Amino acid sequence: MSRLSATFASLKANHRKALIPFITAGDPTPGFTVPLLHAMVAAGADIIELGVPFSDPMADGPVIQKASERSLAHHTSLRKVLNMVAEFRQTDKATPIVLMGYLNPIEAMGYAAFVERAKAVDVDGVITVDMPPEEAGDLLPLLQAAGIDPVFLLAPTSTPERVRKVDAVGSGYVYYVSLKGVTGAGNLDLDDVEARLAGIRLNTQLPLGVGFGIKNAETAAQIAKLADAVVVGSALIELIEQHCAPVEPALEEQALSDLICRMLRDMRSAMDTI
Amino acid sequence: MIAQVKQGSESYDWPDARGHFGPYGGVFVSETLMHAIGELRDAYQHYIKDPAFLSELDLDLKHYVGRPSPIYHAARLSRVVGGAQIYLKREDLNHTGAHKVNNTVGQALLAQRMGKTRIIAETGAGQHGVATATVAARLGLECVVYMGSVDVARQAQNVYRMNLLGAKVVPVESGSKTLKDALNEAMRDWVTNIDNTFYIIGTVAGPHPYPAMVRDFQAIIGRESKQQMQELTGRLPDHLVACVGGGSNAIGLFYPFIKDAQVAMHGVEAAGDGIATGRHSAPLTAGRPGVLHGNRTYLMEDDDGEIIETHSISAGLDYPGVGPEHAWLKDIGRANYVSITDQEALHAFHTLTEKEGIIPALESSHAVAYGMKLASTLSSEQTVLINLSGRGDKDMKTVADWEGKPL
Repeated sequence: MSRLSATFASLKANHRKALIPFITAGDPTPGFTVPLLHAMVAAGADIIELGVPFSDPMADGPVIQKASERSLAHHTSLRKVLNMVAEFRQTDKATPIVLMGYLNPIEAMGYAAFVERAKAVDVDGVITVDMPPEEAGDLLPLLQAAGIDPVFLLAPTSTPERVRKVDAVGSGYVYYVSLKGVTGAGNLDLDDVEARLAGIRLNTQLPLGVGFGIKNAETAAQIAKLADAVVVGSALIELIEQHCAPVEPALEEQALSDLICRMLRDMRSAMDTI
Repeated sequence: MIAQVKQGSESYDWPDARGHFGPYGGVFVSETLMHAIGELRDAYQHYIKDPAFLSELDLDLKHYVGRPSPIYHAARLSRVVGGAQIYLKREDLNHTGAHKVNNTVGQALLAQRMGKTRIIAETGAGQHGVATATVAARLGLECVVYMGSVDVARQAQNVYRMNLLGAKVVPVESGSKTLKDALNEAMRDWVTNIDNTFYIIGTVAGPHPYPAMVRDFQAIIGRESKQQMQELTGRLPDHLVACVGGGSNAIGLFYPFIKDAQVAMHGVEAAGDGIATGRHSAPLTAGRPGVLHGNRTYLMEDDDGEIIETHSISAGLDYPGVGPEHAWLKDIGRANYVSITDQEALHAFHTLTEKEGIIPALESSHAVAYGMKLASTLSSEQTVLINLSGRGDKDMKTVADWEGKPL
């Protein structure tokens, strides 16, 4: 069983839902990331989605775009992100890490070289935003052979046929994008999410994570009632945007990390009391 | 006319059902767009065979765009160059001044058939934005055009034209603030407003079906050329030359000739300051395959796969990718891809203006420059057909600024 599957199984046995923070690696500086990963685990994160920055993040809203730009200003490459995972693994061998990004950096590194290195540093899953199952034919077998879960997205517009397609090739969990739009947009319609998740469950047994539109402890708890995992990204990254240089006064890295972890802890406790 | 799209290309049958041209093309988009793209693909495949749609399109191309565009024998230029006979396909004479409108007329009719009430587009120099705003005005559709803020500043006149036509121009502040970022932003709009919005992409790039659909709307250029060159010279041209940014005017000219093996095809990329300087927009010449904007194709990227900034005097060629069909035509050796520097393009701009009284767009000047170079190596019995994809009125300020002459 993959580390992701084991994590979901153990959470389920304890009647808990997974809290999955997303941050962009190297934002606002490369040195900030690994200590933050450890701090987020201490604050209650069960799984971490680690964003690989890309110059053209087509599916992301302004908050994550700017995170990518801050990170790329320090030349954070896919190889460097994999090194960060290696560093994280020196002291944390339990928390699943899922890389999330766009296909081109993986194409540039080469599928085989990427998968080999990802396996070596113990990456658990890969979400490639602009690689739907139809285009995954070359990368999938490499990931599967390496025991890395390919995690796919589903959207409000996904048909039952598409859900079955994702179920057939994906593993670990499914990332349900709860809004039409880009990351960081709009407000959640909980009734709609509930109905859509019920529809999706007819066609897949994979754990369902919900992202897009989770802004605070209250929405995290509401989503935790409906889904197996709550993914929070833009709300955390907004904190970085508001408090890192060149914003004045910029917080010290430790204080910024504390702020992010406070939000996660609030979400964690709200999710655990549902 | 569109019904003859496949004529002359029976054995060349790309893309495949999933939108691939060999390893290129495809549908590399987020799940949030997959449904809309499927809808578009189905509608396109239906209407491209629908006689009522095609006859409406033909009427629009004739009466609104002003087709067929003539082919002109540039006899004086040919004598000056001293070699092959140079012919110009006069897309510059179309309504709005470039080939772009062939595609926007087609996609706007499709949008109407699909019941979409809102049109969005990306634009670099503003030509595609203007062509889109034009057809949206005519059909009474809401129109939003995304344009990098750098381009908004350097193409103020086109921004004003779009505003006059009733379009809203949104300056894009992300990334390099140019065409590629405008495309990212248009995609973000589309994913957010998918129910009522049709995205008119201006070139043969993007996820399937765009590369095939835009090609099929632009292939009128090549179909007319085939017939016109027969009438003018009694045979097909020996060489076709067209500039390549995304590559829509080039594919439009090339496509109907692909199966005519005796016709050589040359796509001309922008070498900017020179390929060796790295400051250029020539992914086929100096890039490598990768995935961007929904398709796999040649890209300008760094070793880590981040897209790098491009340069060309011509905003319409200033793009880090290229249509996937060009990538495939390059790999299978059916078309030859070359590059022309800013300086060479400017020289051709002046030469054509002075010798023939035709002011070409800076984009098209790249094709003219290579066409002249090529013609000078050939005999006077041979023919070179250059696609004069647009007129140069929009470039007066750029050229004057470049040459330090106040307007």
